[in-house]
Amino acid sequence: MLKDITLGQYFPGNSLAHKLDPRTKILLTVLYIVTLFCARSFVSYGIVALLLATGVKVSGVAPKALVRGLKPILFIICFTAALNLLYTPGEVLASFWIFKITKEGIFTAFFMVLRITMLIMGTFLLTYTTSPIALTDGLETLLGPLKKAKVPVHELAMIMSIALRFIPTLIEETDKIMSAQKARGADFESGSLMQRAKALVPILVPLFISAFRRADELAVAMECRCYHGDAGRTKLHVLRYQARDYLVLAAYGIVLAAVLTLAHFGL
Amino acid sequence: MKPIIRVENLTHTYGVNTPFCRNAVDHVSMEIMEGEFLGIIGHTGSGKSTLIQHLNGLLKPTSGRILLGEEDIWADPKRIRNVRFRVGLVFQYPEYQLFEETVYKDIAFGPKNMGLDEKEIDRRVRSALAFSGLGEELLDKSPFDLSGGQKRRVAIAGVIAMEPEVLILDEPSAGLDPAGRQSMLENIRNYHKEKGTTVVMVSHSMDEVAENVDRIAVLANAGVVMSGTPHQVFSRAQELLDVGLNVPQVTQVAMELKRQGLAIDPAVYTVADLRAALCALRGGIA
Repeated sequence: MLKDITLGQYFPGNSLAHKLDPRTKILLTVLYIVTLFCARSFVSYGIVALLLATGVKVSGVAPKALVRGLKPILFIICFTAALNLLYTPGEVLASFWIFKITKEGIFTAFFMVLRITMLIMGTFLLTYTTSPIALTDGLETLLGPLKKAKVPVHELAMIMSIALRFIPTLIEETDKIMSAQKARGADFESGSLMQRAKALVPILVPLFISAFRRADELAVAMECRCYHGDAGRTKLHVLRYQARDYLVLAAYGIVLAAVLTLAHFGL
Repeated sequence: MKPIIRVENLTHTYGVNTPFCRNAVDHVSMEIMEGEFLGIIGHTGSGKSTLIQHLNGLLKPTSGRILLGEEDIWADPKRIRNVRFRVGLVFQYPEYQLFEETVYKDIAFGPKNMGLDEKEIDRRVRSALAFSGLGEELLDKSPFDLSGGQKRRVAIAGVIAMEPEVLILDEPSAGLDPAGRQSMLENIRNYHKEKGTTVVMVSHSMDEVAENVDRIAVLANAGVVMSGTPHQVFSRAQELLDVGLNVPQVTQVAMELKRQGLAIDPAVYTVADLRAALCALRGGIA
């Protein structure tokens, strides 16, 4: 049952979106968010939507998968919509009790929902087309300049990749421990909240012990291979921008400029 | 002998509706007899672990039934915990499931879940500890201070303490040194002899199975391909080799002798049997 949880959500593929340098994709995602927050009119939202549609098409990710990703934040979307709908001052269209629905409210709520939905979909596109390892690699390189300010960028990236690497392992382990305790009659499904919390002890103790054991073994294995942190460390796969990265970034620059210009004229 | 567990046409499919969909167990039917010592052998990925997790209701069949006694174990899903008390399952590397502060409390976890009273729990803990070959001086120690082999014995005692009608052990000797292996198997043998309960041991070591069990079931490609007494199974050595398994070393020696022209039964599987066969042969010649 625990195996059904998907993490990282990376869909392997061979599209242009998959082949782009992870740094390009991270930059694009940041720029996309900026664009989204600059958009104020139907025209500029239309442009961003078109952009997102193109991205989805190019990546070959099933639109269904993107929509499914929205499910966990459905509540936040509805909540935001309701708040904006009811509390934006302006030309009153309908009112009851203390609530007033205004024309501006309808527009704001609509745009808000559009903004959040597209924001989530756009960032999902990044994680769907980029493997977690490539993602951390890209982040590490992009944040490289921060090393001058003594930010341990490499170490942070390493922590992130190790964490990602061990999530499936620990899920499998939890599954095994749960089965073993169930075989001894442990009951995780019934009882009061307190009893259920107590029932977790037989899972958590072995899980923590095994996590520490694994951490210890990993540390020894890394030492054996002379890992000593960032200094003097080279990469097997060096990230290099290709022509397609420059092209995509340039194309995106034009779109961003267009949206900003439109925003300047109040569109 | 009558069967205590009957597996009827069991199929288990992992990852239904995903590209990774596959049958780990495919239309398996088998019987486990009351009081027998059954060995289940099969290479990695042959469906052994999936099969045994059905026997105590940890996994639910995709199709097919498991009968314990005369009753389908899933007849009333609310009572599945009862099945787990009657069919004790010791997982592979069970030492990683220990969690209590003391050995005593850890062994008592199962009996406590059964709702037994203090006195009965105490009796069961001590008796289980003895069957697992540990001394009472360990009862107040933390299980995490014990050696690897001792931890494993405590974990096995934790299942034995439920006094199940059927005890299933998944690779109980994996990762132990040869001496530990021997004494572990001896403890299991003694437990079977003294208690007279049904014991199922899963293994991929032919030698281990050959020396201990009454009957063997061979699993390959998600199904039971053979079952019978060790002699019956090992006389079909070629089929075993075909499914990626081996025969005991003693049998290998006998087979080679047979190939070299000696009139010997190639399916002997214990050192004593081979010795007897060879002596008889020399007696015959001289």
